[in-house]
Amino acid sequence: MNVSFARTWSKLTESMLFLPIAALLMIFAFDLIAIPGFFRLELKDGHLFGSVIDVLRNGSPTVILAMGMTLVIATGGVDLSVGAVMAIASSVACIMINPTITGMALTDPGLFLKDPQYSWAPLWMVIVVPLIIASLCGMWNGMLVSYWRIQPMVATLVLMIAGRGIAQLVTNAIKIIIFNDTYAYLGNGWIILPFSLYIAAAVFLAAWLLTRRTAIGLFVESVGINFRSSYYSGINERRIKLFAYTFCGFCAGIAGLIATSAIRTSDANQIGLYTELDAILAVVIGGTLMGTGGRFSLLGSAIGGLVIQATITSMLSFGVPASAIIAVKAVVVIVVILLYSEQAQKFIRGVGSVTMRGEAAR
Amino acid sequence: MPDSDRDIVVMTGIDKSFPGVHALENVDFSLARGEIHALVGENGAGKSTLIKILTGVDRADKGTITLDGQSVSPRSPLHAQELGISTVYQEVNLCPNLTVAENILIGRQPSHLGVSINWKALNARAREYLKELDVDIDVTQPLGAYSVAIQQMAAIARALVISNAKVLILDEPTSSLTTHETLQLFKVMRKLKGEGIAIVFITHFLNQVYEVSDRVTVLRNGLLVGTYPTPSLSRLELIRLMLGRSITVLDDMTAHKMESSHHIAVESLLEADDVGLANSVEPFDLSLHAGEVVGIAGLLGSGRTEIANLLFGIDRPDIGSIVMDHKPIKDFSPHASIARGVALCPEDRKVEGIVADLSVRENIILALQAGQGWFRRIGTKEQYEIADKYIKLLSISTPTADQKIKNLSGGNQQKVILARWLAANPRLLILDEPTRGIDVGTKADIQKLVLSLAEEGKSCVFISSELDEVLRTSHRIVVMRDRAKVTEFSGQVDEKGIMQAIAGSAS
Repeated sequence: MNVSFARTWSKLTESMLFLPIAALLMIFAFDLIAIPGFFRLELKDGHLFGSVIDVLRNGSPTVILAMGMTLVIATGGVDLSVGAVMAIASSVACIMINPTITGMALTDPGLFLKDPQYSWAPLWMVIVVPLIIASLCGMWNGMLVSYWRIQPMVATLVLMIAGRGIAQLVTNAIKIIIFNDTYAYLGNGWIILPFSLYIAAAVFLAAWLLTRRTAIGLFVESVGINFRSSYYSGINERRIKLFAYTFCGFCAGIAGLIATSAIRTSDANQIGLYTELDAILAVVIGGTLMGTGGRFSLLGSAIGGLVIQATITSMLSFGVPASAIIAVKAVVVIVVILLYSEQAQKFIRGVGSVTMRGEAAR
Repeated sequence: MPDSDRDIVVMTGIDKSFPGVHALENVDFSLARGEIHALVGENGAGKSTLIKILTGVDRADKGTITLDGQSVSPRSPLHAQELGISTVYQEVNLCPNLTVAENILIGRQPSHLGVSINWKALNARAREYLKELDVDIDVTQPLGAYSVAIQQMAAIARALVISNAKVLILDEPTSSLTTHETLQLFKVMRKLKGEGIAIVFITHFLNQVYEVSDRVTVLRNGLLVGTYPTPSLSRLELIRLMLGRSITVLDDMTAHKMESSHHIAVESLLEADDVGLANSVEPFDLSLHAGEVVGIAGLLGSGRTEIANLLFGIDRPDIGSIVMDHKPIKDFSPHASIARGVALCPEDRKVEGIVADLSVRENIILALQAGQGWFRRIGTKEQYEIADKYIKLLSISTPTADQKIKNLSGGNQQKVILARWLAANPRLLILDEPTRGIDVGTKADIQKLVLSLAEEGKSCVFISSELDEVLRTSHRIVVMRDRAKVTEFSGQVDEKGIMQAIAGSAS
């Protein structure tokens, strides 16, 4: 222990990524000791399998949601409707592949059962249209928050409740089963690694480029920290918020497509259920301040998403029943809140300064 | 002289320091029974600190307070209330969604055998208290349904009820009242005074000082200037005491200024024609030229900031037109103003200026970047170049450009905000109190900077409550009083004339 250690330590702990990475490492350390074979990887038919891969695969939708949620929280808001928007996007996608339940007469009603490539609308539209609708949902939230000045929690609650109803309406409250193999690839495909992982990586990269290679990231942070100063500086604070919520809706749309593709069904009740809470938790673990907003880290949020999924997967592997997982999440929430409290932060930083003082005393 | 028969409150030798500021230095203040005592002074003079000490929000470092001849030291606003010292703040801090009666009597509600609230008695008593203030309203309506003036009255009624107050402190009670409402408040104040209650009246409106107060205490820079019987003090004298200036100091800067006045463009850059906004500022004319510094003098609340907000597009005028580059302005927003080349360095640095958690570099490039839009990002390297340039130019004292602005001192924060606007390279720069809370050396730097900007061909508007500063930097001076433009001085300006204009009388 010396002064240079103390300096490195203080630099390390001041980084936004310190806690999320530390949390992930701690969970992996637990896995290494308590769960034999957690890190074993197997190559079957050119696909990698293993618990770690499961974490990445199952964590992808949360990571994708967390990208949009990061921007929303950084502006000082929150979006509770992402789960419902996922359901809307998936219902729209399913009805476009198989619109028979709407009473539409197809030339051959059995075609979609026989032909694993059958889709009523072209596949690119099956992807694009739900994403546009999801973005519009986000834009609606953004309008309520930025132009009508409704509290984010209340404004997005509207769509959180109504969204699932809309999703039910789209499919006449029927679960549509998807036989199209190409569409199913989104959530089930593998290119050595699960395909959804590539989508998550692409969304992360896009979000990063969109915020950090333009001025949007700076404006989002500025608006979150002090919207009056930002307004006086000529930033169109309303449009920035509108953008953040729209992007959040877009991300929810992508997550919805993956989720519905993974289970090959439109399930307006189950798809994306409670995912808004995971997304918010991921962002908070990633170091963006909930409520006040300001500085954000997309990488932190992505790691935060993985921390949640790693905890769940580890607990399941450890033998905790699936029904008790929600309790485990509650513990995670409590630990996160404690770790991010001012006192805990001071303590963590203090570890370095204590050694520095000890050094000086000698 | 303290006189315990006459004086209810005597504060002696009050001293209070905050980190980096000596807010009050050996201040004496006494308040007589049944008087209305005005407390005046510019921002930072120490008025609010003195009141905070009297009401137990802050504790004095040194000095004694006696109330009714007994030594007291209020520990908290609640304790002060128990002692009989009540305060009504500028913003009414009652609950708008509770009824008027509830607001007045909350915590003192009459009950049936101590179990349930006796609503009938509650409402009756509230009505009675308000009647004493000559206010006759339906007390069962939510407080928020009434005007600010009525809310103010409810707050006063509450203050009187809760503490059985002997001393009532009114902190800028008239700032959001109309003329009629103000008169109504004065009536109540006189009535209370007649009942022997001592009232401390803090205001920025000097005519109100003369209208209602018996004595006036002037503070300046944390020092007591003096306490005077109001009728015997002329307005001019009062302003001189507040601003602390009497003779013009002609220095080389003034000479420099005279010389640079040849560069002033003939054609106007911006022309405000009969521009005004209800409840903000009366219609005024103003023309601004390239190469010229226009000073706006006047006391706080005289309409200085309101003019700045109209010119910068924070507020939209409801009458008149502003023409810039021969085109009438239609789009009123900071964003549009910056696109036109107008910049405003706002008065309230903390709330409207800095973005606390962003670095010095990010704070400096913020307006420039906002002008360039979302997608044409200023490269990181260029950001550092811009930041370093202004850190050097304005000698901003910061370890690196990456330091968070909140860790800088007030003066340095102000320089960063100035740098933000200089970096945006505006044609018209409006500076609202750019030197507040800044040490003398830096003040001079900023004044010189303003003059050199004008020489470069920019048009500057310089707003300050320090008259000598305005005199030193401005080619032309606009005088504001009571939210209206009173007059305009150009050429060789005489300080006495300006003071008279600020005061609104020739006496």
